[in-house]
Amino acid sequence: MAAITAPVSARKHYLNIDYSWRSWLLTVDHKRIAILYLLSITLFFFVGGFFATLLRLELVTPQGDVVQAETYNKLFTMHGVTMIFFFLIPSIPAVLGNFLLPLMIGARDLAFPRLNLLSWYLFMLGALSAVAAMAAGGVDTGWTFYPPYSTRSSNSQVVLTGLGAFIAGFSSILTGLNFIVTIHTMRAPGLTWFRLPLFVWAHYATSLIMLLGTPVIAITIALAGIERLLRIGIFDPALGGDPVLFQHLFWFYSHPAVYIMILPGMGVISEIIPCFARRRIFGYRFIAFSSFAIAIIGFLAWGHHLFVSGQSVYASMTFSAITYLVAIPSAIKTFNWTATLYKGSIAYRTPLWYALWFIGLFVIGGLTGLFVAALPVDVHVHDTYFVVAHFHYIMVGGQVMAYLAALHFWWPKFSGRMYPEGLAKFAAFTIFIGFNLTFFPQFILGYLGMPRRYYTYAPEFQVLNVLSTAGASILAFGFILPMVYFVWSLRYGRKADPNPWEATGLEWQTSSPPTTHNFEQTPVVTHGPYAYSPQEPHDYLPQGVARV
Amino acid sequence: MDDARTRMDEPNPLSATVDRHGSPYLAHHFDDLEQQFESARLGTWAFLATEVMFFGGMFLAYTVYRGAYPEAFAEASHHLDWRLGALNTIVLLTSSLTMALAVWAGQTGRRRPLIIFLAITMLLGLVFLGVKSVEYTEKYLEGHMPLLGLPFAWEGEHAGQAALFFDLYFVMTGFHALHMIIGIGIIAVLIGLAWRGRFNAHYFTPIEMTGLYWHFVDIVWVFLYPLLYLIGGIALGE
Repeated sequence: MAAITAPVSARKHYLNIDYSWRSWLLTVDHKRIAILYLLSITLFFFVGGFFATLLRLELVTPQGDVVQAETYNKLFTMHGVTMIFFFLIPSIPAVLGNFLLPLMIGARDLAFPRLNLLSWYLFMLGALSAVAAMAAGGVDTGWTFYPPYSTRSSNSQVVLTGLGAFIAGFSSILTGLNFIVTIHTMRAPGLTWFRLPLFVWAHYATSLIMLLGTPVIAITIALAGIERLLRIGIFDPALGGDPVLFQHLFWFYSHPAVYIMILPGMGVISEIIPCFARRRIFGYRFIAFSSFAIAIIGFLAWGHHLFVSGQSVYASMTFSAITYLVAIPSAIKTFNWTATLYKGSIAYRTPLWYALWFIGLFVIGGLTGLFVAALPVDVHVHDTYFVVAHFHYIMVGGQVMAYLAALHFWWPKFSGRMYPEGLAKFAAFTIFIGFNLTFFPQFILGYLGMPRRYYTYAPEFQVLNVLSTAGASILAFGFILPMVYFVWSLRYGRKADPNPWEATGLEWQTSSPPTTHNFEQTPVVTHGPYAYSPQEPHDYLPQGVARV
Repeated sequence: MDDARTRMDEPNPLSATVDRHGSPYLAHHFDDLEQQFESARLGTWAFLATEVMFFGGMFLAYTVYRGAYPEAFAEASHHLDWRLGALNTIVLLTSSLTMALAVWAGQTGRRRPLIIFLAITMLLGLVFLGVKSVEYTEKYLEGHMPLLGLPFAWEGEHAGQAALFFDLYFVMTGFHALHMIIGIGIIAVLIGLAWRGRFNAHYFTPIEMTGLYWHFVDIVWVFLYPLLYLIGGIALGE
């Protein structure tokens, strides 16, 4: 076969098989679609980051000098909309899930490759609509689009932005659908449910939320859009309509959506920790089922966003209790990861550092989530920077760290090259320091009573705000570094082996980068994942090879 | 070539290197037609679950407001023509029957009946939309279409609450009609494919999946009809 006799550089793989535009824009290869997503969401990450930069600049001083109130409202709205709908929700599922799911289960592709491509086009169409809205003057409702402000009062591009979120939602639904079907029907021979990598379990749970939650926000945004466009009054109090109904419908999706933004990250951490601790994961089934527990209980907790919206106090108490329940599966995961590290032979490589950041920052984000789930505390800190800090610890401290961990860990598989380890560690520490300096002061600011979503503030809050802005500039620098060295590594990085980390997953049993059809032969799975055993001379048992 | 299959229960890694394309209907990434069919079926059901949640949002809004304003909703409901609604219910249920017959014709590889049943289904769908547009026109003429700032002619009390009912009526039946239009479009494509002999007893997946979708759209109407037309009770003598 040509692949054996020809020099390594001439080996055909999914990247170099065809260089034409057509071959990229009409590809049905899940790996190429993942790359399309990677490029597009990186762009949106920096667009959203640009808005954040302006916000932090404005908040250096107590008075309005960089922007005025109206612009500031648009900036935080567009920061939220871009980051949530066009970066965080697709981040790990659409890039890494797309790339890795078929590889991890020994399949040639997702079950519906053309649907997968359609998902990317829908995503881009939605993004285009949102970008058009930004170009046409932006939107100022907050990413939550609460009526009656969004349907009656706001003079900004509500409909176009809503349309963008609506269309991108269908991309998310179709991705979730594709994943669920793929996991059910495309597993390699011998790959039973409890031999699945935890990354796959996490993506199954995420897909359930995408499939069952996203249509609810679709109809909610559609109703608000129709209300504005056709001038009808479904949520309009003037007609007897109920704006709180919108909030219920909105958070019925948007609270579980938080778990769309964290569960895939948890899947990533479950892969990385055992590999760099050289230990079998502790409590495999508990971690697998806790993903489902989070997804299911997460669907019943939305009312904790309505504690001060006039919801009945009994409903609030129930939602508060259910919210506490979510902490249990989350804690199960955290304890199991820590237990996996215990007595491991740990290699402190960049992906592991990010995984450790994830655990620590997620714990802070999660525990402060319990603060705001408590009724009396929430009344105190509601709509303050405390909440802002809390969810940034989950979304940036959690999901973005996991995303970076995953990019580094699977970069050899994506590109066939290694990233520069020293520089990557430097970036990891820069990001960690920058992140904490940005958001920890916001906990204090919020607790002291600084409200969110204002462009001015009382002068006594200035010191902490300056610290936060200083942190944000370190963070921004940290985020640019991986961009630079990942691109650099494409040409100058050391060539990667098929399995540079000596990891056990099926994705490491094929070449780096893989061929279009992933595997030369359909692998046969004979044992569970994470067969690391440092006591033996050869310290791991690769997946997909018969036990001897 | 047909034997080159890898199944879950009989691992045979060597077979994967043999040409897998035993059937012209088998996509490159599946091992066999059965796996392909199972994937399509699971995918369709998952999609329908999504649709249930999508309509669920509207049914929730309906439930909340009807619970809050029962009298206004009952009175507004009287202004819908239950006879036209009943006619449409019959039309749609019949179309479900012909769709089921089309699926049967597809499964058994009968090309002519397949085309005929699909055509009848499509025709009935168009009749439904025709009746619906008659109803919409009536509402417009009566001044019961509180959209786009049109005048809302309401004699009774609680005009705002009644307007809420009509808003929900137009949104819910509107989204349902949109689903009908999409379904009719898909059936038109299927007729074209069937005409060219694309389907046979071994490959009828798109017909069966369209059937599931069509039945779902019917079921939505089965809920919409009583909730919108019948909640005030009907007067047969009128």
